[in-house]
Amino acid sequence: MENIPNPNVRMWQGNVACAEGAIAAGCRFFAGYPITPSSEIAEVLALRFPVIGGNFIQMEDEIAAMGAIIGGSLGGAKTMTATSGPGFSLKQENIGFAVMAEVPCVIVNVQRGGPSTGLPTHAAQSDVMQARWGTHGDHPIIVLCPSSVRETYDLTIRAFNLAEKYRMPVILLSDEIIGHLTEKIEIPEPSTIEIIDRKKPTDTPENYLPYKMDDSDIPAMANFGEGYRYHVTGLAHDETGFPTNDPKKIRAQMLRLNRKIQRFRNDIVEVETFNTDDMDVLVISFGSTARSAKRAVINAREKGVKAGLLRLKTIWPFPDKEIEALYKPVRKIVVAEMNLGQIAHEVEWATRREKPVVRVNKIDGEPITPNEIFEAIIS
Amino acid sequence: MDYLYYLRKEKMPHIWCDGCGHGIILKSILRVIDKLGWEKDDIAMVSGIGCSSRTPGYVDFNTLHTTHGRAIAFATGLKIVKPNLHVIVVSGDGDATAIGGNHFIHAARRNIDLTVIIYNNYIYGMTGGQASPTTPIGKKASTAPYGNPDAPFDISRLAQAAGAAYVARSTVYHVGKTDRYIEQAFLKKGFSVVEVMTPCPTSYGRRNKEGNGVEMMMFQKKNSVGVERAQKMSEEELQGKIITGVFVDKEQNNYLQRYDEVIDKAKQINQ
Ligand SMILES: Cc1ncc(C[n+]2csc(CCOP(=O)(O)OP(=O)(O)O)c2C)c(N)n1
Ligand code: SF4
Repeated sequence: MENIPNPNVRMWQGNVACAEGAIAAGCRFFAGYPITPSSEIAEVLALRFPVIGGNFIQMEDEIAAMGAIIGGSLGGAKTMTATSGPGFSLKQENIGFAVMAEVPCVIVNVQRGGPSTGLPTHAAQSDVMQARWGTHGDHPIIVLCPSSVRETYDLTIRAFNLAEKYRMPVILLSDEIIGHLTEKIEIPEPSTIEIIDRKKPTDTPENYLPYKMDDSDIPAMANFGEGYRYHVTGLAHDETGFPTNDPKKIRAQMLRLNRKIQRFRNDIVEVETFNTDDMDVLVISFGSTARSAKRAVINAREKGVKAGLLRLKTIWPFPDKEIEALYKPVRKIVVAEMNLGQIAHEVEWATRREKPVVRVNKIDGEPITPNEIFEAIIS
Repeated sequence: MDYLYYLRKEKMPHIWCDGCGHGIILKSILRVIDKLGWEKDDIAMVSGIGCSSRTPGYVDFNTLHTTHGRAIAFATGLKIVKPNLHVIVVSGDGDATAIGGNHFIHAARRNIDLTVIIYNNYIYGMTGGQASPTTPIGKKASTAPYGNPDAPFDISRLAQAAGAAYVARSTVYHVGKTDRYIEQAFLKKGFSVVEVMTPCPTSYGRRNKEGNGVEMMMFQKKNSVGVERAQKMSEEELQGKIITGVFVDKEQNNYLQRYDEVIDKAKQINQ
C-alpha cells in the first residue's frame, strides 16, 4: 500500500486550533489585546489574516477590542476576540451591549487562575459564573467548553454558528491546559463543515424592523452601509431599535431576548456521556478536567466500581435536563472542576440535592489528577 | 437646504435643553454632509453616552449608540470592515477624554480614518453636572461644590500630541468656522478631530453664574482668539480665552493604508 500523507492531519496547540477554527467558520475580523495564556490565538490570526483577506488589529485594551468586534459585526463580518481572566473582566460591559443589541460575535476566554492577576501561566476553570453573569442585567448567554485540541476547533466553529443563528455573543471558555496542549488531530474536510450565517432581512428598508417580534424570536440583521439605515443602542428599545420607556414594549423585548435561548436550548446544549448506562456513580466534568475524569472512570471500572461520565460541552445554558435524565439511579455524583464548586452548585440544584454531590476542586494552578477523582468515586 | 431630509422627524422633540449648544453642532454637521453630497446610506454615526451622544438617534444614517466612552473602539471595527463608509463619531468631553481617553489617543496614534466631533461643554451634562476632564480649575460642578481642584485637558492639544492628522477647535457661536473645520475633517483621510465649544446652561452655566445659552455664546464671541493671534499672546493674556483655529492639518498614511501594505508583504512572503 502506498503511504500517502493525510492532508488533513495537523499537530496543533489548542489555541492554534481555535484560530484555525475561527478561519474555517468564516471569521475575518479579530481585535484583541495580548494576555497569557490566550495570545497565540491573536498571533496566529495576525499571521494568517492578511493572506486570506481578513483583518487583524491589536487594540489598546480589552474594552476596545470588544467594542471593535461589535462594530465589525455590524458591518457584516464574523468577528472574534480572545483573552483570559483580567481581560475577560474588562470585556463585560461591551459583552452586555452585544447581548442587548443582539450583535453576533465570539469571545474566547482561555482561563487562568484568578482572582486578579492570579496565575497567568496556570490553568483554572473559575470563570464559569463570570461567563454566565459577568455583565449586568438579566441576560441570556451561550458558553462552550472544549476538552481537546480537535474539540477546540469544532466548538470554535460552533460558537460562530450559534452566534450567527441566535444573534448574540457566544463565549468559548477554554483553559490554559487545553489552550497550550499540543495534539495530533485530523481536521474535517472544509466542504463537510456546517457554516451558519445570520438571517438577512427580506423586508424592504422602509419596512425593516431590526428587533421585530415574530414567531422566530430571532430578528433578521442588516449590515451597516447596505441600504438599511437603522439605529443600534444599548438602551432598552422597541422593535424599531430606538430607545423606549414603554414598560410593555420593554418587557416584550426583554422576554424575547431571554426566550430565544430557553426555546432553543436543545439545539444549543451538547453533552457527551461515557459508560453511563449501568452506572452507580455519576461523574460530571468539563474542559481539561474532563480528561482526568474519563481516566478516573476507566480506572474505577477496572476496580469494579460502575462509574460513568457526563462531560459538558455546553455549560450555559446549563445542561440540567441532561443531568436529570441520568442521576436518578446513581448512588452519588462527583463533580470535578478547577474552582471551588461553581458547576457543583448548579448540579445540586438540577438534582434537587437528592444525591450526595462530592466535589473535587483545585485552585492552585495544578490540574486535577485522575487519581484524585478516582478516590472520590470509590470512597 | 432641507435639514429635515437628514433628520428622523418622528424622533422629535429632542432631549436637549433650551439654550444647549448641541443642536447647533448637529446643524453644522448636516450642512457639511449636504454640501459634500454624501448619501445617507454611506454614513455611519457612532457615539458613546451623554447628551451629545444622543445625536445619532436623530439622524437618518446608519447609527450606533454604544457604551460610555467606547464609540471610537466600535467605530474602528466598523471602519475596518466597511472602509467605504464615512464613519463619524460624536462624543462629549467626558465621553471622549475621561472614560474614553485611552481610545481617543490610540485612535489618533493609529491614524484610523474617522472624524471625531467633540461637543465640549466643560461638564457631564447628562448626569447632572459633575466635573469633567475639561472643567477649568475653580469652576463649580455638582461633584466640585467648592470649586474644581483638577486641572483640565486641552483636547485639541491632546489630539495633536497623540498624532491626529487633522485637529481644529471652534465654538457654536462661530458656525462658519465650525462648518469649515468639519468639512476639512470629513475630507481628511485619517484621524480628524473637531472640538466644538458648546454651552450647557443647565448643568454648568447656572451653577457657575454664566447665564443662559445666549449669554454663554456671547462669552464665546468675546473670548475666542484665533490660533495665530494666540501665538503672540502671553500665558496671562490667554487666561480664560478659547483658542480657535486649525492646529494640525497633515498628510500621513492612515491605518488602513498601512494595513494594505501589510497585506502586500504577507502575500509576497506566503507566495
Ligand atoms: C460606564 C459608565 N459610567 C458612567 C455612566 C454615566 N454617564 C452617562 S453620561 C456621562 C457623562 C457625559 O458627559 P459628556 O460626555 O461630557 O457629555 P454631555 O452629556 O455633557 O454632552 C456619565 C458619567 C455610564 N453611562 N456608563
Ligand atoms: S444638560 Fe446641558 S448638555 Fe445636556 S441637554 Fe441640557 S444643556 Fe445640553
